[in-house]
Amino acid sequence: MDLAMQARPMEAPIEAHNHNRWSPYVDNGGTTLAIAGADYVLVASDTRQSDGYLINSRYSPKAFVLSNNAVLGTSGCSADSKRLYEVLEQRAQLYQHRHDRQISTPALAQLLSNTMYSRRMLPYYVFPVLAGIDAKGAGAAYSYDAVGNMQRVTGVCFGSASALIQPFLDNQVRFKNQRDADPNRLLTREEAFKIAVDAFTSATERDIYTGDYLEIFIVDAAGAHKEMRELKHD
Amino acid sequence: MFRNQYDNDASTWSPQGCIFQVDYASEAVKQGTAVVGLKSKTHVVLVAVKRSPSELASYQKKIIRIDDHMGIAVAGLTSDARVLSNYLRTEAMRSKMVYGRALPVGRAVSAIGDKAQTNTQEYGRRPYGVGLLVIGHDDTGPHLYEFSPSGIVSEYYGYSIGARSQSARTNLERNFERFEELSLQELVVQGLRALRDTMPQGKQLDSMNTSIGFVGMDTKMTILDGDGTQPYLDQLDEAEAMDTE
Repeated sequence: MDLAMQARPMEAPIEAHNHNRWSPYVDNGGTTLAIAGADYVLVASDTRQSDGYLINSRYSPKAFVLSNNAVLGTSGCSADSKRLYEVLEQRAQLYQHRHDRQISTPALAQLLSNTMYSRRMLPYYVFPVLAGIDAKGAGAAYSYDAVGNMQRVTGVCFGSASALIQPFLDNQVRFKNQRDADPNRLLTREEAFKIAVDAFTSATERDIYTGDYLEIFIVDAAGAHKEMRELKHD
Repeated sequence: MFRNQYDNDASTWSPQGCIFQVDYASEAVKQGTAVVGLKSKTHVVLVAVKRSPSELASYQKKIIRIDDHMGIAVAGLTSDARVLSNYLRTEAMRSKMVYGRALPVGRAVSAIGDKAQTNTQEYGRRPYGVGLLVIGHDDTGPHLYEFSPSGIVSEYYGYSIGARSQSARTNLERNFERFEELSLQELVVQGLRALRDTMPQGKQLDSMNTSIGFVGMDTKMTILDGDGTQPYLDQLDEAEAMDTE
Protein backbone atom coordinates (compact mmCIF):
# COMPACT_ATOMS: atom_id res chain seq x y z
CA MET A 1 0.00 0.00 0.00
CA ASP A 2 1.20 3.47 -0.82
CA LEU A 3 2.17 5.10 2.49
CA ALA A 4 1.13 8.47 1.21
CA MET A 5 -2.41 7.30 0.75
CA GLN A 6 -2.70 6.09 4.32
CA ALA A 7 -5.13 8.27 6.16
CA ARG A 8 -3.76 9.95 9.26
CA PRO A 9 -6.12 10.06 12.23
CA MET A 10 -7.87 13.44 12.38
CA GLU A 11 -6.39 15.75 15.01
CA ALA A 12 -8.10 18.71 16.61
CA PRO A 13 -6.61 21.83 15.01
CA ILE A 14 -4.32 23.68 17.40
CA GLU A 15 -5.73 27.14 18.24
CA ALA A 16 -3.38 30.02 18.80
CA HIS A 17 -4.28 32.05 21.92
CA ASN A 18 -2.45 35.28 22.62
CA HIS A 19 -2.48 35.50 26.41
CA ASN A 20 -0.55 38.76 26.34
CA ARG A 21 -3.29 40.74 24.63
CA TRP A 22 -3.94 44.33 25.72
CA SER A 23 -7.46 44.90 27.11
CA PRO A 24 -9.23 48.23 26.81
CA TYR A 25 -11.03 47.51 30.09
CA VAL A 26 -9.89 47.94 33.66
CA ASP A 27 -11.94 47.30 36.79
CA ASN A 28 -11.42 50.17 39.21
CA GLY A 29 -13.24 48.41 42.03
CA GLY A 30 -15.69 49.93 44.47
CA THR A 31 -19.33 49.36 45.22
CA THR A 32 -22.64 51.13 44.65
CA LEU A 33 -26.10 50.43 46.02
CA ALA A 34 -29.57 51.88 45.61
CA ILE A 35 -32.71 51.63 47.77
CA ALA A 36 -36.09 52.94 46.59
CA GLY A 37 -38.73 54.21 49.03
CA ALA A 38 -42.28 55.55 48.89
CA ASP A 39 -41.27 59.15 48.22
CA TYR A 40 -37.45 59.07 48.03
CA VAL A 41 -34.63 57.00 46.62
CA LEU A 42 -31.16 56.49 48.10
CA VAL A 43 -27.89 55.87 46.28
CA ALA A 44 -24.75 55.03 48.22
CA SER A 45 -21.28 54.42 46.82
CA ASP A 46 -17.77 54.33 48.18
CA THR A 47 -15.09 56.59 46.72
CA ARG A 48 -12.04 54.33 46.50
CA GLN A 49 -10.63 53.90 43.02
CA SER A 50 -8.17 51.06 42.60
CA ASP A 51 -6.24 49.14 39.96
CA GLY A 52 -5.43 45.72 41.27
CA TYR A 53 -3.54 46.10 44.55
CA LEU A 54 -2.88 49.80 43.93
CA ILE A 55 -5.13 52.55 45.15
CA ASN A 56 -5.46 55.30 42.52
CA SER A 57 -7.50 57.59 44.71
CA ARG A 58 -9.23 57.57 48.07
CA TYR A 59 -11.75 60.13 46.83
CA SER A 60 -13.02 59.58 43.31
CA PRO A 61 -16.82 59.89 43.34
CA LYS A 62 -18.80 57.21 41.56
CA ALA A 63 -22.27 58.70 41.82
CA PHE A 64 -23.23 61.75 39.80
CA VAL A 65 -26.17 64.12 40.05
CA LEU A 66 -27.87 64.88 36.75
CA SER A 67 -29.52 68.17 35.85
CA ASN A 68 -33.01 66.68 36.36
CA ASN A 69 -32.01 65.75 39.96
CA ALA A 70 -31.68 62.06 39.20
CA VAL A 71 -28.54 60.30 40.44
CA LEU A 72 -26.42 57.92 38.37
CA GLY A 73 -24.52 55.46 40.53
CA THR A 74 -21.78 53.53 38.77
CA SER A 75 -19.31 50.69 39.22
CA GLY A 76 -16.76 49.01 37.02
CA CYS A 77 -14.43 51.06 34.86
CA SER A 78 -14.01 54.58 36.21
CA ALA A 79 -13.26 56.21 32.85
CA ASP A 80 -16.30 54.60 31.23
CA SER A 81 -18.46 55.60 34.22
CA LYS A 82 -17.46 59.24 33.95
CA ARG A 83 -17.95 59.29 30.20
CA LEU A 84 -21.32 57.58 30.50
CA TYR A 85 -22.40 60.25 32.96
CA GLU A 86 -21.21 63.04 30.61
CA VAL A 87 -22.99 61.51 27.63
CA LEU A 88 -26.19 60.96 29.61
CA GLU A 89 -26.12 64.49 30.97
CA GLN A 90 -25.73 65.87 27.44
CA ARG A 91 -28.73 63.84 26.29
CA ALA A 92 -30.74 65.14 29.28
CA GLN A 93 -29.85 68.73 28.37
CA LEU A 94 -30.75 68.17 24.73
CA TYR A 95 -34.12 66.86 25.90
CA GLN A 96 -34.58 69.99 27.99
CA HIS A 97 -33.78 72.19 24.99
CA ARG A 98 -36.16 70.36 22.67
CA HIS A 99 -39.07 69.85 25.07
CA ASP A 100 -38.68 73.00 27.19
CA ARG A 101 -38.88 70.92 30.37
CA GLN A 102 -36.72 68.48 32.32
CA ILE A 103 -36.57 64.85 31.31
CA SER A 104 -38.55 62.49 33.54
CA THR A 105 -36.86 59.65 35.40
CA PRO A 106 -38.51 56.83 33.39
CA ALA A 107 -37.59 58.53 30.11
CA LEU A 108 -34.02 58.98 31.28
CA ALA A 109 -33.93 55.35 32.33
CA GLN A 110 -34.91 54.20 28.86
CA LEU A 111 -32.47 56.64 27.33
CA LEU A 112 -29.67 55.16 29.44
CA SER A 113 -30.59 51.68 28.32
CA ASN A 114 -30.47 52.70 24.65
CA THR A 115 -27.22 54.58 25.12
CA MET A 116 -25.57 51.50 26.58
CA TYR A 117 -26.93 49.16 23.94
CA SER A 118 -25.69 51.47 21.18
CA ARG A 119 -22.24 50.36 22.31
CA ARG A 120 -23.12 46.68 22.15
CA MET A 121 -19.91 45.82 20.30
CA LEU A 122 -17.57 47.71 22.65
CA PRO A 123 -19.63 48.18 25.79
CA TYR A 124 -19.28 50.73 28.53
CA TYR A 125 -17.74 48.64 31.27
CA VAL A 126 -20.18 50.13 33.76
CA PHE A 127 -22.89 48.55 35.89
CA PRO A 128 -25.04 51.57 36.64
CA VAL A 129 -28.03 52.31 38.79
CA LEU A 130 -30.23 55.26 37.94
CA ALA A 131 -32.30 56.74 40.76
CA GLY A 132 -34.96 59.44 40.69
CA ILE A 133 -38.56 60.32 41.44
CA ASP A 134 -41.14 58.91 39.01
CA ALA A 135 -44.24 60.61 37.62
CA LYS A 136 -46.32 59.60 40.65
CA GLY A 137 -43.82 60.98 43.15
CA ALA A 138 -42.53 57.57 44.21
CA GLY A 139 -38.88 56.67 44.47
CA ALA A 140 -37.59 54.75 41.43
CA ALA A 141 -34.32 52.87 41.04
CA TYR A 142 -33.32 51.18 37.81
CA SER A 143 -30.44 48.72 37.50
CA TYR A 144 -28.57 47.83 34.31
CA ASP A 145 -25.97 45.44 33.02
CA ALA A 146 -23.12 46.61 30.82
CA VAL A 147 -25.19 46.51 27.63
CA GLY A 148 -28.27 48.22 28.95
CA ASN A 149 -30.57 45.48 30.20
CA MET A 150 -32.85 47.47 32.47
CA GLN A 151 -34.92 46.52 35.49
CA ARG A 152 -36.79 48.63 38.01
CA VAL A 153 -35.81 47.58 41.53
CA THR A 154 -36.25 48.41 45.19
CA GLY A 155 -32.85 47.29 46.41
CA VAL A 156 -29.77 46.53 44.33
CA CYS A 157 -25.99 46.54 44.70
CA PHE A 158 -23.26 46.44 42.04
CA GLY A 159 -19.50 46.41 42.22
CA SER A 160 -16.71 44.57 43.98
CA ALA A 161 -18.69 43.93 47.20
CA SER A 162 -22.01 43.18 45.50
CA ALA A 163 -21.86 39.52 46.51
CA LEU A 164 -21.59 40.61 50.15
CA ILE A 165 -24.24 43.33 50.08
CA GLN A 166 -26.92 42.13 47.67
CA PRO A 167 -28.03 39.19 49.89
CA PHE A 168 -28.20 41.59 52.81
CA LEU A 169 -30.44 43.93 50.80
CA ASP A 170 -32.60 41.04 49.61
CA ASN A 171 -33.31 40.19 53.22
CA GLN A 172 -33.51 43.64 54.80
CA VAL A 173 -34.98 45.75 51.96
CA ARG A 174 -37.01 43.24 49.98
CA PHE A 175 -37.77 41.09 53.05
CA LYS A 176 -36.99 37.87 51.23
CA ASN A 177 -36.87 34.68 53.27
CA GLN A 178 -38.56 36.30 56.23
CA ARG A 179 -41.66 34.36 57.07
CA ASP A 180 -43.83 37.02 58.69
CA ALA A 181 -42.58 40.10 56.90
CA ASP A 182 -44.64 42.17 54.45
CA PRO A 183 -42.66 42.01 51.19
CA ASN A 184 -44.37 45.15 49.88
CA ARG A 185 -43.33 47.37 52.77
CA LEU A 186 -40.99 50.15 51.72
CA LEU A 187 -38.32 51.48 54.03
CA THR A 188 -38.30 54.92 55.62
CA ARG A 189 -35.39 57.22 54.85
CA GLU A 190 -33.86 56.66 58.26
CA GLU A 191 -34.05 52.88 57.89
CA ALA A 192 -32.59 52.95 54.40
CA PHE A 193 -29.79 55.27 55.51
CA LYS A 194 -28.80 52.96 58.37
CA ILE A 195 -28.87 49.93 56.11
CA ALA A 196 -26.69 51.66 53.54
CA VAL A 197 -24.12 52.70 56.14
CA ASP A 198 -24.08 49.25 57.78
CA ALA A 199 -23.77 47.55 54.40
CA PHE A 200 -20.72 49.60 53.52
CA THR A 201 -18.94 49.46 56.86
CA SER A 202 -19.30 45.67 56.77
CA ALA A 203 -18.28 45.37 53.14
CA THR A 204 -15.24 47.56 53.83
CA GLU A 205 -14.03 45.00 56.39
CA ARG A 206 -13.95 42.12 53.94
CA ASP A 207 -13.58 43.63 50.45
CA ILE A 208 -10.19 45.22 49.81
CA TYR A 209 -11.54 47.35 46.98
CA THR A 210 -14.23 49.03 49.09
CA GLY A 211 -13.48 51.75 51.63
CA ASP A 212 -12.13 55.27 52.26
CA TYR A 213 -15.31 57.41 52.06
CA LEU A 214 -19.00 56.78 51.57
CA GLU A 215 -21.23 59.17 49.66
CA ILE A 216 -24.97 58.83 50.20
CA PHE A 217 -27.42 60.66 47.97
CA ILE A 218 -31.08 60.98 48.91
CA VAL A 219 -33.33 62.12 46.06
CA ASP A 220 -36.84 63.35 46.69
CA ALA A 221 -39.25 65.90 45.28
CA ALA A 222 -37.06 68.70 46.67
CA GLY A 223 -33.97 67.49 44.82
CA ALA A 224 -30.79 65.55 45.52
CA HIS A 225 -29.09 65.85 48.90
CA LYS A 226 -25.65 64.40 49.69
CA GLU A 227 -24.12 63.15 52.90
CA MET A 228 -20.67 61.71 53.48
CA ARG A 229 -19.28 59.24 55.96
CA GLU A 230 -15.77 58.01 56.54
CA LEU A 231 -14.92 54.38 55.92
CA LYS A 232 -11.82 52.49 56.95
CA HIS A 233 -8.79 53.40 54.90
CA ASP A 234 -7.11 50.00 55.02
CA MET B 1 -33.19 100.00 -2.75
CA PHE B 2 -34.43 99.06 -6.15
CA ARG B 3 -33.81 95.90 -8.15
CA ASN B 4 -30.55 96.07 -10.04
CA GLN B 5 -28.15 93.90 -11.99
CA TYR B 6 -25.92 93.21 -8.96
CA ASP B 7 -28.48 91.72 -6.61
CA ASN B 8 -29.09 88.26 -8.02
CA ASP B 9 -26.76 86.29 -5.79
CA ALA B 10 -24.51 86.57 -2.78
CA SER B 11 -21.33 86.15 -4.83
CA THR B 12 -21.68 89.43 -6.73
CA TRP B 13 -20.31 92.75 -5.49
CA SER B 14 -21.90 96.02 -6.58
CA PRO B 15 -19.61 98.81 -7.83
CA GLN B 16 -20.30 100.71 -4.58
CA GLY B 17 -18.98 97.80 -2.53
CA CYS B 18 -22.30 96.23 -1.43
CA ILE B 19 -23.44 92.66 -1.59
CA PHE B 20 -27.11 93.37 -2.11
CA GLN B 21 -28.34 89.95 -1.03
CA VAL B 22 -26.80 90.56 2.39
CA ASP B 23 -28.39 94.00 2.57
CA TYR B 24 -31.75 92.53 1.62
CA ALA B 25 -31.35 89.95 4.38
CA SER B 26 -30.88 92.80 6.85
CA GLU B 27 -34.22 94.14 5.69
CA ALA B 28 -35.80 90.92 6.96
CA VAL B 29 -34.37 91.69 10.39
CA LYS B 30 -36.00 95.12 10.33
CA GLN B 31 -39.36 93.44 9.74
CA GLY B 32 -39.21 91.62 13.04
CA THR B 33 -40.53 93.15 16.25
CA ALA B 34 -38.04 95.03 18.38
CA VAL B 35 -35.72 93.48 20.93
CA VAL B 36 -33.55 95.43 23.38
CA GLY B 37 -30.42 94.31 25.21
CA LEU B 38 -28.45 96.12 27.92
CA LYS B 39 -25.86 95.26 30.56
CA SER B 40 -24.65 96.31 33.97
CA LYS B 41 -21.52 95.37 35.88
CA THR B 42 -23.07 92.05 36.92
CA HIS B 43 -26.01 91.22 34.67
CA VAL B 44 -27.20 91.49 31.11
CA VAL B 45 -30.85 91.67 30.11
CA LEU B 46 -33.01 91.15 27.02
CA VAL B 47 -36.53 92.47 26.58
CA ALA B 48 -38.66 91.81 23.53
CA VAL B 49 -42.05 92.47 21.98
CA LYS B 50 -43.76 89.31 20.85
CA ARG B 51 -46.01 89.26 17.80
CA SER B 52 -49.10 87.17 17.28
CA PRO B 53 -50.25 86.55 13.70
CA SER B 54 -53.90 86.60 14.77
CA GLU B 55 -56.05 86.52 17.90
CA LEU B 56 -56.35 82.77 17.50
CA ALA B 57 -52.60 82.23 17.51
CA SER B 58 -50.00 82.21 20.24
CA TYR B 59 -47.29 84.83 20.49
CA GLN B 60 -44.05 83.96 18.70
CA LYS B 61 -41.15 83.13 21.03
CA LYS B 62 -38.49 85.85 20.90
CA ILE B 63 -35.96 84.83 23.56
CA ILE B 64 -34.26 81.43 23.49
CA ARG B 65 -32.07 79.82 26.15
CA ILE B 66 -28.79 78.46 24.81
CA ASP B 67 -27.20 77.28 28.04
CA ASP B 68 -27.25 78.13 31.73
CA HIS B 69 -25.03 81.13 31.01
CA MET B 70 -26.25 82.27 27.60
CA GLY B 71 -29.39 83.30 25.72
CA ILE B 72 -30.45 85.03 22.51
CA ALA B 73 -33.21 87.32 21.30
CA VAL B 74 -34.37 87.04 17.73
CA ALA B 75 -35.56 89.48 15.06
CA GLY B 76 -36.39 88.25 11.57
CA LEU B 77 -36.96 84.77 10.13
CA THR B 78 -37.71 82.64 13.16
CA SER B 79 -36.90 79.41 11.32
CA ASP B 80 -33.36 80.66 10.62
CA ALA B 81 -33.14 81.64 14.27
CA ARG B 82 -34.08 78.11 15.31
CA VAL B 83 -31.31 76.62 13.19
CA LEU B 84 -28.75 79.02 14.63
CA SER B 85 -29.92 78.45 18.20
CA ASN B 86 -29.68 74.66 17.79
CA TYR B 87 -26.17 75.13 16.48
CA LEU B 88 -25.26 77.38 19.44
CA ARG B 89 -26.70 74.86 21.88
CA THR B 90 -24.63 72.08 20.36
CA GLU B 91 -21.50 74.22 20.46
CA ALA B 92 -22.17 75.13 24.09
CA MET B 93 -22.49 71.46 25.07
CA ARG B 94 -19.48 70.50 23.01
CA SER B 95 -17.43 73.13 24.82
CA LYS B 96 -18.34 71.61 28.17
CA MET B 97 -17.53 68.10 26.95
CA VAL B 98 -14.22 68.98 25.30
CA TYR B 99 -12.83 71.72 27.56
CA GLY B 100 -14.77 71.20 30.76
CA ARG B 101 -15.93 74.82 30.84
CA ALA B 102 -18.86 76.91 29.67
CA LEU B 103 -18.57 78.33 26.14
CA PRO B 104 -17.22 81.91 26.31
CA VAL B 105 -19.76 84.28 24.74
CA GLY B 106 -17.22 85.79 22.35
CA ARG B 107 -16.41 82.35 20.95
CA ALA B 108 -20.09 81.56 20.54
CA VAL B 109 -20.79 84.66 18.45
CA SER B 110 -17.61 84.13 16.42
CA ALA B 111 -18.86 80.65 15.61
CA ILE B 112 -22.20 81.87 14.24
CA GLY B 113 -20.53 84.87 12.63
CA ASP B 114 -18.27 82.51 10.67
CA LYS B 115 -21.21 80.28 9.86
CA ALA B 116 -23.20 83.22 8.51
CA GLN B 117 -20.25 84.54 6.52
CA THR B 118 -20.04 81.39 4.40
CA ASN B 119 -23.58 82.11 3.22
CA THR B 120 -22.42 85.49 1.94
CA GLN B 121 -19.63 84.16 -0.20
CA GLU B 122 -20.93 81.04 -1.87
CA TYR B 123 -22.91 80.83 -5.02
CA GLY B 124 -26.36 79.31 -4.60
CA ARG B 125 -26.66 79.95 -0.86
CA ARG B 126 -28.67 82.67 0.82
CA PRO B 127 -27.71 84.69 3.89
CA TYR B 128 -29.53 83.97 7.18
CA GLY B 129 -32.55 86.25 7.46
CA VAL B 130 -32.29 86.87 11.17
CA GLY B 131 -30.51 89.21 13.55
CA LEU B 132 -29.70 88.19 17.11
CA LEU B 133 -28.87 89.89 20.36
CA VAL B 134 -26.71 87.40 22.24
CA ILE B 135 -26.33 87.75 26.00
CA GLY B 136 -24.16 85.72 28.28
CA HIS B 137 -21.99 85.67 31.34
CA ASP B 138 -18.54 84.07 31.36
CA ASP B 139 -15.32 84.52 33.34
CA THR B 140 -14.79 87.95 31.76
CA GLY B 141 -18.15 89.15 33.00
CA PRO B 142 -21.50 89.91 31.34
CA HIS B 143 -21.64 90.43 27.57
CA LEU B 144 -24.09 91.68 24.95
CA TYR B 145 -23.43 91.09 21.27
CA GLU B 146 -25.31 91.86 18.06
CA PHE B 147 -25.21 89.28 15.29
CA SER B 148 -26.33 90.25 11.78
CA PRO B 149 -26.90 88.30 8.53
CA SER B 150 -23.61 89.60 7.15
CA GLY B 151 -21.80 87.66 9.87
CA ILE B 152 -20.63 90.89 11.47
CA VAL B 153 -20.62 90.67 15.23
CA SER B 154 -20.28 93.64 17.61
CA GLU B 155 -20.28 94.00 21.37
CA TYR B 156 -22.42 96.63 23.08
CA TYR B 157 -23.32 98.20 26.41
CA GLY B 158 -26.86 98.40 25.10
CA TYR B 159 -28.48 97.89 21.71
CA SER B 160 -31.73 97.23 19.89
CA ILE B 161 -32.72 95.60 16.58
CA GLY B 162 -36.00 95.09 14.76
CA ALA B 163 -38.89 97.35 13.79
CA ARG B 164 -38.64 100.95 15.09
CA SER B 165 -35.52 99.96 17.03
CA GLN B 166 -33.90 103.36 16.37
CA SER B 167 -36.18 104.88 19.02
CA ALA B 168 -34.92 102.34 21.54
CA ARG B 169 -31.30 102.94 20.54
CA THR B 170 -31.79 106.68 21.05
CA ASN B 171 -33.19 106.00 24.52
CA LEU B 172 -30.24 103.73 25.32
CA GLU B 173 -27.70 106.26 24.06
CA ARG B 174 -29.11 108.85 26.44
CA ASN B 175 -29.01 106.52 29.45
CA PHE B 176 -26.34 103.86 29.02
CA GLU B 177 -23.72 105.52 31.25
CA ARG B 178 -26.01 104.85 34.22
CA PHE B 179 -26.39 101.12 33.54
CA GLU B 180 -23.23 99.86 35.24
CA GLU B 181 -24.40 100.22 38.83
CA LEU B 182 -28.03 99.23 38.33
CA SER B 183 -29.52 96.21 40.05
CA LEU B 184 -31.02 93.45 37.94
CA GLN B 185 -34.55 94.74 38.58
CA GLU B 186 -33.63 98.29 37.63
CA LEU B 187 -31.84 97.06 34.52
CA VAL B 188 -34.94 95.18 33.33
CA VAL B 189 -37.13 98.23 33.87
CA GLN B 190 -34.62 100.41 31.96
CA GLY B 191 -34.81 97.92 29.10
CA LEU B 192 -38.59 98.03 29.13
CA ARG B 193 -38.52 101.81 28.99
CA ALA B 194 -36.36 101.67 25.86
CA LEU B 195 -38.54 98.93 24.39
CA ARG B 196 -41.70 100.95 25.01
CA ASP B 197 -40.36 103.62 22.66
CA THR B 198 -40.58 101.12 19.78
CA MET B 199 -44.28 100.47 20.24
CA PRO B 200 -46.56 101.95 17.58
CA GLN B 201 -49.30 104.41 18.52
CA GLY B 202 -52.11 102.88 20.53
CA LYS B 203 -50.22 99.71 21.46
CA GLN B 204 -48.91 98.92 24.94
CA LEU B 205 -46.45 96.51 26.46
CA ASP B 206 -48.42 93.94 28.44
CA SER B 207 -47.82 90.52 29.93
CA MET B 208 -49.04 88.82 26.74
CA ASN B 209 -46.68 90.50 24.28
CA THR B 210 -43.59 91.07 26.44
CA SER B 211 -40.74 88.67 27.03
CA ILE B 212 -37.85 89.19 29.47
CA GLY B 213 -34.57 87.31 29.65
CA PHE B 214 -31.55 87.80 31.88
CA VAL B 215 -28.33 86.18 33.00
CA GLY B 216 -25.45 87.20 35.21
CA MET B 217 -23.05 86.34 37.97
CA ASP B 218 -24.90 83.84 40.22
CA THR B 219 -27.96 84.08 37.96
CA LYS B 220 -28.68 81.32 35.47
CA MET B 221 -30.21 82.24 32.12
CA THR B 222 -33.85 82.87 32.93
CA ILE B 223 -36.74 83.70 30.60
CA LEU B 224 -39.97 85.27 31.83
CA ASP B 225 -43.23 85.32 29.91
CA GLY B 226 -46.86 85.97 30.77
CA ASP B 227 -47.50 86.57 34.49
CA GLY B 228 -43.76 86.50 35.17
CA THR B 229 -43.35 89.81 33.35
CA GLN B 230 -46.12 91.60 35.25
CA PRO B 231 -44.06 92.72 38.29
CA TYR B 232 -41.58 94.42 35.96
CA LEU B 233 -44.28 95.99 33.79
CA ASP B 234 -45.91 97.34 36.97
CA GLN B 235 -42.61 98.97 37.92
CA LEU B 236 -42.48 100.48 34.45
CA ASP B 237 -45.73 102.32 35.09
CA GLU B 238 -44.46 103.51 38.50
CA ALA B 239 -41.22 104.68 36.94
CA GLU B 240 -43.21 106.62 34.36
CA ALA B 241 -44.72 108.67 37.16
CA MET B 242 -41.24 109.54 38.42
CA ASP B 243 -39.68 109.93 34.99
CA THR B 244 -37.24 112.82 34.88
CA GLU B 245 -36.12 112.38 31.25
